Amino acid sequence: MSRPPWGPMARLAGRRALFAVPVLGTVTFGVFAIAAASPFDPVKAYAGTAGLSASQRTLDQLRANLGADRPLVARWWEWLTSAVRGDLGDSSALRQPVADVIGERVGWSVLLASAAFVVAVLLGTLLGVLAARRPGGWTDRAVTSFAYTLEAAPPFWLGLLVIWLFALKLGVLPAGGLTDTGSTVVTAAEVARHLVLPAGVLALSQLPWFVLYVRQGVGDALQEDPVRGARARGLAERTVLTGHALRSGMLPVLTLIGSRVPELITGALLVETVFSWPGIAAATVEAATAVDFPLLAALTVLATIAVLAGNLLADLLYGLADPRVGFDG
Amino acid sequence: MAETTRLPAESERTEGWRTRAVARRSTRAWRVRGSAAVVAVLVLAVLLVPPFVQLDQQAVDLAAKLRPPSWEHPFGTDDVGRDLLLRCVYGLRVSLLVGVVAAVVATVVGTAVGALAGALGGWPDRVLMRLVDVFASVPHLLLGIFIVAMFRPGVWPVVVSVALTHWLSTARIVRAEVLSLRSRPYVDAAISGGASRYRVAVRHLLPGVLPQAGLAAVLMVPHAVWHESALSFLGLGLPTHQASLGTLVQTARGSLLAGDWWPTLFPGLCTVVATLAIAGLAGAWRERLNPRRRSELML
Repeated sequence: MSRPPWGPMARLAGRRALFAVPVLGTVTFGVFAIAAASPFDPVKAYAGTAGLSASQRTLDQLRANLGADRPLVARWWEWLTSAVRGDLGDSSALRQPVADVIGERVGWSVLLASAAFVVAVLLGTLLGVLAARRPGGWTDRAVTSFAYTLEAAPPFWLGLLVIWLFALKLGVLPAGGLTDTGSTVVTAAEVARHLVLPAGVLALSQLPWFVLYVRQGVGDALQEDPVRGARARGLAERTVLTGHALRSGMLPVLTLIGSRVPELITGALLVETVFSWPGIAAATVEAATAVDFPLLAALTVLATIAVLAGNLLADLLYGLADPRVGFDG
Repeated sequence: MAETTRLPAESERTEGWRTRAVARRSTRAWRVRGSAAVVAVLVLAVLLVPPFVQLDQQAVDLAAKLRPPSWEHPFGTDDVGRDLLLRCVYGLRVSLLVGVVAAVVATVVGTAVGALAGALGGWPDRVLMRLVDVFASVPHLLLGIFIVAMFRPGVWPVVVSVALTHWLSTARIVRAEVLSLRSRPYVDAAISGGASRYRVAVRHLLPGVLPQAGLAAVLMVPHAVWHESALSFLGLGLPTHQASLGTLVQTARGSLLAGDWWPTLFPGLCTVVATLAIAGLAGAWRERLNPRRRSELML
């Protein structure tokens, strides 16, 4: 490959960054508007049980201190300006600054998601190629049915069944958490053992899409001229499959990984909760259960940024993989 | 497989492909029939069992708690001795009801937005489609969690949150369909014949859009069921005493950690079977509507 076209790529990234500003503005405003329309009361949430016995004057004072009596737009704008300066407010459920909550947990989520993606890509490629080799054959039908069934299965249910099998029946892997109960230091070996089940289930939940796209891509590539030429030259089937068909069939699939961020976040929300993984998705569910608005708002924005970044990555890689597409999007 | 230049030695292989293609078509027909049968059984079960079967799904029988599957209790019993087959039927009923209502609401919203954008064009089109882009950049389940967390508890927050996160694809499909219909000669003919905008929209555009919107609605039902069960499992959806496919799995967690697998297994299996059957039927319909589009993922 020649030198990547840095200029057009940078311009695409710049355009997307500009587009992200109104998107994030709208999303944050929407979040504030939903909260304002809901029965949720930040004063009661802040005061907790003490709010039940507090006098109306105290509550009014608290309302004024929190700024909850001001109009929606003013509150939104204040949140937005302090967020840009790095102050995301305090989490009421975890009693610590939102930025600290995110900082402590985001690394574990990234670890889980990357491990899951590696497994999904490897396993998905293997199954997809096996299925594409003989369209309509029994391997293809078995793999396709498996993929459809897996797609229909809720990840939290798969997670629970996996816990039952591997942690309870076989007793080979821990059922959840990051380290063994009682241990005070986090060692790599322990984390690795605790990572196997959640990463495996998250990988399974991402697998169907990957298998079906690789199958389609490689299947199409098998009908193309380069592959027919390779066959005509008498190359071994294995060489044709891995050297020619897989290469041209996989590239578009690999580039699309970035666009799978929403599904990955959805899967992580369920998997982290089932396995008590101390990541950011589990914190989201905890925040929702406790109606912790500052944390929820920040995490929604963070997820939106991740989705936009994933889309950008997908478009950049796609343009690199297929120069005909270009960087105009 | 239509190739003009084929080596004679490969003719046998071509035969093989052809017979396989025929076999495949017939397995597909059987799959559609199977899906239809399963959907029929499930729909009849959720419609007929509650009013006509004189069994109380809430009937507690502590003497028969956590019985494994048997002839008397095909799905076993839960930790207070309730029959899980009956609980699953009631759970499926609630989940399907939530799913269908959410899918209908989402389809109406999506069709309205898509039709408006496609029919008006210009800046309303750009604004509406940008709105769709904005909604699409927040992960569905996360937005659902946020809405449900703010408005908890109850069934309606769940329905609204599922509907609000699912209208986007319908809006895009309907807009594309309206744009393609708008350029047809019969629409031009109606406009030059003096038909009002309203008449063109209602008489000429809407009927063409309805099949696609209906298909989108059916495809959305398993999605909506999936979302409801995820929200309920997280403890944010339906209240736990209300049997749904999600709450059944959630309330079974304690039994599962004690080693009893059946209260977890069967509600999840119901979700998988219902999803596959509905998606199988909708997939056949989609192939008929859009024969040239290869159906990839069913959901």
